[in-house]
Amino acid sequence: MHYHDLLLQPLKQLLADYPWLEDFFSSFGLQLQVTEQTLQQYLNQLDPDQLLDLGISQEQLQQSLHDFMAGMLALDEAAEKVESLTIIGGFDKTGSAEQLELTLKPGEVICIVGPTGSGKSRLLADIEWVAQGDTPTKRKILINGGVPDNKWRFSTEHKLVAQLSQNMNFVMDLTAEEFVRMHAESRLVPDPEEKVARILEQANQLAGEQFKPDTPVTSLSGGQSRALMIADMAILSKSPIVLIDEIENAGIDRKKALELLVKQEKIILMATHDPILALMGDKRLVIKNGGIAKIIESSDAERKNLSRLEELDNTLLALRNRIRFGETLEEL
Amino acid sequence: MHFLTVSGPPSSGKTSVILRVIEALQAKQKKIGVVKYDCLMTEDDLSYAKKGVLVKKGLSGSQCPDHYFVSNIEACVSWGVENNCDFLISESAGLCNRCSPHIKDITAVCVIDNLSGINTPRKIGPMLKSADIVVITKGDIVSQAEREVFASRVKQVNPGAVIMNINGITGQGAFELTTLFEGASDIETLKGMRLRFSMPSALCSYCLGETRIGDEYQTGNVRKMES
Repeated sequence: MHYHDLLLQPLKQLLADYPWLEDFFSSFGLQLQVTEQTLQQYLNQLDPDQLLDLGISQEQLQQSLHDFMAGMLALDEAAEKVESLTIIGGFDKTGSAEQLELTLKPGEVICIVGPTGSGKSRLLADIEWVAQGDTPTKRKILINGGVPDNKWRFSTEHKLVAQLSQNMNFVMDLTAEEFVRMHAESRLVPDPEEKVARILEQANQLAGEQFKPDTPVTSLSGGQSRALMIADMAILSKSPIVLIDEIENAGIDRKKALELLVKQEKIILMATHDPILALMGDKRLVIKNGGIAKIIESSDAERKNLSRLEELDNTLLALRNRIRFGETLEEL
Repeated sequence: MHFLTVSGPPSSGKTSVILRVIEALQAKQKKIGVVKYDCLMTEDDLSYAKKGVLVKKGLSGSQCPDHYFVSNIEACVSWGVENNCDFLISESAGLCNRCSPHIKDITAVCVIDNLSGINTPRKIGPMLKSADIVVITKGDIVSQAEREVFASRVKQVNPGAVIMNINGITGQGAFELTTLFEGASDIETLKGMRLRFSMPSALCSYCLGETRIGDEYQTGNVRKMES
């Protein structure tokens, strides 16, 4: 619907159709009433002195309302489907050309390896910025084989990339359920309650130790926080590309976590040095001196070793649980 | 000369963000001037000077900081022009949340951090709500979901702004922010320009140094709480 048509609608109707309008006005310290008054009439009768106290002008309020509704209505639109992401090489810190063109498809897992400071973050940032030769590395990023629309750079509705950082701290004073609900509501997903329940259930399947919906997010363990954020990302995020900065090996089933994300048909780029995660990836990009120095495809021999690594990992996990439950490790 | 006003609550990371942008601009051989406004004291001017940019410091002392800002900013712009700066950045803290240094037709940046609390975007007035660019800092300390929730709360009160997450320590995002600085307002003078929003007024006996409490000492523009 056009903004000007919305202005002529009665508030009663508008609030029924777009319940988020109420929260928009309350964020400016104003209260919408369920009446037969039109939105335009409501705006016209606002007291200029009250607006001055609230620190907003009539003109600016209307502009913000216009922009906000445009953004909210855009959330409903289907985002352009990303079928492929192409990285065209630039230059490393010594000025040598990377000489590569790499195309990634949904469902693929690409690991990024290299020592701290080698340029892993810059590569992830180039992708997030959909660089067009305008970043220090001069890399170019293509979407579906072409130069993408600039909107990817600044859009908050259709973000190209969702980033799962190593840090999983929470500062908000909310329970796990309240927090996920607030996130779902901010994304305007249909049937938020069902999504919230699914996220909590999924997170508990990934986490080593269970948590309750009313656990404050600030009391979740590291593993529980990671599990919650991965479930949240898989179920709520519409971003077609996921950047992961290491999934630490504590209190979370990393394999299941990765599988959950792969199932959502996302392109996954993961900075990791964990051998199990690295072998679960399809390719490994080796970063050196700010550039992609080598691409390693996971070989069959490597994949065969994956099951051995998993056995080792499970053995360690079992020992960890024995410690947790007060047993001794005199015999392994 | 490109001129921008950068503001934000105290300790939100304004100086760190500006320093990271300065590094990116200096890499392109740009001459930069910074005007730092503060109340009692600041050592940020030293951080700027260390980067080799021109710095001017203004301390408002016993005056209202934003009134002090607006009384001085025109001269600061002339100073930047006289010194042939390519960029002039003014940095000031919004101390009462109702003040705002933003000027019509001058690119306005507000810096706010993820740790400041979910209701903070609502509590900040024109400094945030009328900014063209909102920079959210300290994202590395919180989770992706919390960043998204916070950004959506910012978006709600300023849906027209470009919202960016910047890490003031590592500089992640600073390169991208710099491209927006390069497209900032280009001016020679502030003559004839206006603030985006009026500043809170007082002009009462306390403005003039009264310290005694009591109705009989209150004259001028005085407002009482509703009983």
